[in-house]
Amino acid sequence: MEEDQELERKISGLKTPMAEGERKTALEMVQAAGTDRHCVTFVLHEEDHTLGNSLRYMIMKNPEVEFCGYTTTHPSESKINLRIQTRGTLPAVEPFQRGLNELMSVCQHVLDKFEASIKDYKDQKASRNESTF
Amino acid sequence: MAASQAVEEMRGRVVLGEFGVRNVHTTDFPGNYSGYDDAWDQDRFEKNFRVDVVHMDENSLEFDMVGIDAAIANAFRRILLAEVPTMAVEKVLVYNNTSIVQDEILAHRLGLIPIHADPRLFEYRNQGDEEGTEIDTLQFRLQVRCTRNPHAAKDSSDPNELYVNHKVYTRHMTWIPLGNQADLFPEGTIRPVHDDILIAQLRPGQEIDLLMHCVKGIGKDHAKFSPVATASYRLLPDITLLEPVEGDAAEELSRCFSPGVIEVQEVQGKKVARVANPRLDTFSREIFRHEKLKKVVRLARVRDHYIFAVESTGVLPPDVLVSEAIKVLMGKCRRFLDELDAVQMD
Repeated sequence: MEEDQELERKISGLKTPMAEGERKTALEMVQAAGTDRHCVTFVLHEEDHTLGNSLRYMIMKNPEVEFCGYTTTHPSESKINLRIQTRGTLPAVEPFQRGLNELMSVCQHVLDKFEASIKDYKDQKASRNESTF
Repeated sequence: MAASQAVEEMRGRVVLGEFGVRNVHTTDFPGNYSGYDDAWDQDRFEKNFRVDVVHMDENSLEFDMVGIDAAIANAFRRILLAEVPTMAVEKVLVYNNTSIVQDEILAHRLGLIPIHADPRLFEYRNQGDEEGTEIDTLQFRLQVRCTRNPHAAKDSSDPNELYVNHKVYTRHMTWIPLGNQADLFPEGTIRPVHDDILIAQLRPGQEIDLLMHCVKGIGKDHAKFSPVATASYRLLPDITLLEPVEGDAAEELSRCFSPGVIEVQEVQGKKVARVANPRLDTFSREIFRHEKLKKVVRLARVRDHYIFAVESTGVLPPDVLVSEAIKVLMGKCRRFLDELDAVQMD
């Protein structure tokens, strides 16, 4: 059996032990041999376009990123491949982490603004009901 | 300058042409446009972003989200449909079913009944656990027997008079508290959302006697767990008149759009058309069937203004559903951030 010299799979991810002894990795990183850490494909398990597209948008907004794209491997498999290539020598994990953090702060801001808006609407409605009495 | 106007249109509007839609994809990424700084800036986002609630009642909510991209708005919509958890009937233990409705059909119908229980107060059931505990299961009993009504008139043909209990409604479902659930949930709070959903019909001698277990699940697993009747969004319409439209053409123009969009005013004795409220339009594209008028109008949509409409099934109020959806997306991000931290520590 010939070992494939071209592709060196470097799989790293947290293995969560399940009750039946089954191991489930949520995140894998695949890197071709010969490149340094600035081109990486992340495999995100149990995810689809919901996180994939929004994360891709946040990572593309980073000027250090030369390429970012995601794909669902097969509709029967619930996982996405997210590829990041950075300009220069910045490790690809860095824009990935930054994208996640920025997406979280966007969500937090949206949540705050939404809840404030709902509260205003309810207060306005309550004061309008009172004034008609 | 025409060039910068064209660039602004490309960046900010989705244009509906006669035979196709243009400028669909988001292009404002760093490096695409010279002279624009498109790198992500949280402060600039926070300054431009706003949420306006247009209408809210106990089951439906209409609100606007302005200043956000399609990817994130779509993520919220997808999560509202498929990843906000609810409680629904999962296992049905049939003791006696002599009705005409088969066991599996009856079980399928029972699963689709929305259950009024706050899913945030429950846990997911562990895999492989058959019995269920008080923290992850709700039990309901449905026991109905149909009998002949002895006091009915002799020549009556109305089933309501002839039979007793011949229609099985959700109000016949009774909640059986498990463990300490009776202390946690006051009487009458755990019930189906509507008590007048028809489950099955019976005739004298037929009986339905079954026990139901409700568990927590998400819409991705089965559509019965989806908390929204539907959740959708549309982009704000943007209608511009490229030339002034007067006289009979103005009347014709106002008939090409939904009522209220185009207003015809009397100015110096002439009728002049004006775009009054483009938000009401549903873009039937009737304008493209009129040769003279189609050159005068530009139909477009504002790319970052989303008009959301969320209808709840009654399990949770619609504003709570939207908040939960945003928290689910944050939870996904946090999960991968924790994974990354764990990996980097190795």
